[in-house]
Amino acid sequence: MKALPYLIHKEVLQFKRNPFLPRLVIMFPLMLMLFLPWATTLEVKNINVTLIDNDHSSASRRLINQLKASSYFSLTNVAYSYEEAYKKVEASKADIIFSIPANFEKDMVNGKDVTLQINANSVNGTKGSLGSSYLSQIVNEFLTEMRSGNVTPKATGGFTIRYFYNPTLNYRHYMVPALMIIVILMLCGALPALNIVGEKEKGTIEQLNVTPISRTEFILAKLIPYWIMGLVLLTLCFFIAWLVYGLVPAGSYTSLYLGALLFIFVMSGLGLIISNYSSNMLQAMLLMFFIILICNLMSGIFTPISSMPHWAQMMTYIIFPHYFVEIMRGVYLQGNTIPELWTNYVALFLFAVVFNGWAIMSYKKQV
Amino acid sequence: MADVICVNGLTKRFGDFVAVNNITFSVKEGEIFGFLGANGAGKTTAMRMLCGLSFPSEGTGTVAGFDIAKQSEKIKKHIGYMSQKFSLYEDLTVMENIQLYAGIYGVEKETMKRESTALLKKLDFENKKDTLVSSLPLGWKQKLAFSAAIFHHPKIVFLDEPTGGVDPATRRQFWEMIYETAANGITIFVTTHYMDEAEYCNRVSIMVDGKIEALNTPKNLKEQFHVDSMSKVFDQLARRAKRGE
Repeated sequence: MKALPYLIHKEVLQFKRNPFLPRLVIMFPLMLMLFLPWATTLEVKNINVTLIDNDHSSASRRLINQLKASSYFSLTNVAYSYEEAYKKVEASKADIIFSIPANFEKDMVNGKDVTLQINANSVNGTKGSLGSSYLSQIVNEFLTEMRSGNVTPKATGGFTIRYFYNPTLNYRHYMVPALMIIVILMLCGALPALNIVGEKEKGTIEQLNVTPISRTEFILAKLIPYWIMGLVLLTLCFFIAWLVYGLVPAGSYTSLYLGALLFIFVMSGLGLIISNYSSNMLQAMLLMFFIILICNLMSGIFTPISSMPHWAQMMTYIIFPHYFVEIMRGVYLQGNTIPELWTNYVALFLFAVVFNGWAIMSYKKQV
Repeated sequence: MADVICVNGLTKRFGDFVAVNNITFSVKEGEIFGFLGANGAGKTTAMRMLCGLSFPSEGTGTVAGFDIAKQSEKIKKHIGYMSQKFSLYEDLTVMENIQLYAGIYGVEKETMKRESTALLKKLDFENKKDTLVSSLPLGWKQKLAFSAAIFHHPKIVFLDEPTGGVDPATRRQFWEMIYETAANGITIFVTTHYMDEAEYCNRVSIMVDGKIEALNTPKNLKEQFHVDSMSKVFDQLARRAKRGE
């Protein structure tokens, strides 16, 4: 192990002299943490409603005003016929057509059934279904209010809804811990892989292979710098989360760092395996791309695992970032502790052992 | 003198292709051994087996007293290697490269300091020690690479076409370094395409299509083939080759 400090020193020097890498490593987490929490939102807002008011009564106007008051809807158009409104949908200018029938007020006052029509464009499924259910909620409230004898404040009873852990239902708070995972996912896996394949392409790896350094030394020298880098970047992310989003973990930093360290081991091990089986950068990049894409989409970072079909939920057991997602959100938002999340730590640990063992086994000095 | 390299029936197959076909030879301590052959004759493959980079398909061999198939990691402590493609890190400075290789072979810090200063002085590189290798001319790189390969005083140094692309004056200087190294007891195993360099070797082997077709001193080879230069010896042998380039 005497050669290890020299090899690590070499990696650090090469990293510093690279004209591109140090910038990437700083810019990537900054971009991800500063911009993406605002953009990667699944919250349904700004639902464009095209209105057909066939009644033009005071009741219909009141209903419309209630719609306008909601932050979810924006009344973008008023149409005079269904055909006209439908054209707006076709032009993607409307998500929902809301039509109020003629004699709406009269029928209501006379106690007859009234039928309002909601047509939702469900090309964007979430927007369509959530939009129409919000809208029907508003209409129902309006109707009960009208029937129970005008606008007097609601009587007793009803519900009080309180949201746990993310009380303001702030989607950014949900995304910030997950985006930190992507930082590690991208940098700590891809960079060591590209580094080793780069030495293969230049032929420098052969020079190292004729020296007596051991496989373990070689691999540790490649990984230790990225482990440290991962932890430093994570700390930067924690800082941004506090500074920009006012988000501090409800749980302890120890449990976050422990999970992160295990996850970094897993990712760098994976990067090594990829580099051992790829003979050039392009191969390594495409393979990494493929894996990172699946990890991003299936680990629960963007979409909840619990709403995936059963077979997909089964698959997430091998989508290793999923365990770290549980840890990050659990600790950050719910204040979970290591004993509460221990299965996730153990799973990450096992993946780390398997991947790194495999990486060392598949690295051959002599072929 | 004792043999530092000794191989017997060494063969390497890649599928159906026999890159190195049953070669047998030995190299004595302190010798400058020229390993010649046309492109694709199997020189590099043979050399890679000797350095412990590649497993032999058949045959046995020892380098510095260790088995090439089973004790390759022990061999690596006692050899230096300079490949045709690369030897130094282009994005490190002259001094950083020397320190890296010295560190890898476990040279003590004090020794490293003393010897690297002496080396830079000898090479007349003192004012270049903090220059990035990428900005050095090729000839300088090769001299430096050679010095790095023998910095840890190996028993044998393997040079794979060390002077490719270098101008004649630098090549001469390079061979002076080789002679000096051999005089210090380090065995030189060198492949080359330059036939004038073959004349400088103590003994020369010529590979054709994976086999060693001739092995002797340059003088004896010239007599054997009734010609006046190594270049003509090589031409006669290389003409027999069936493998294309």
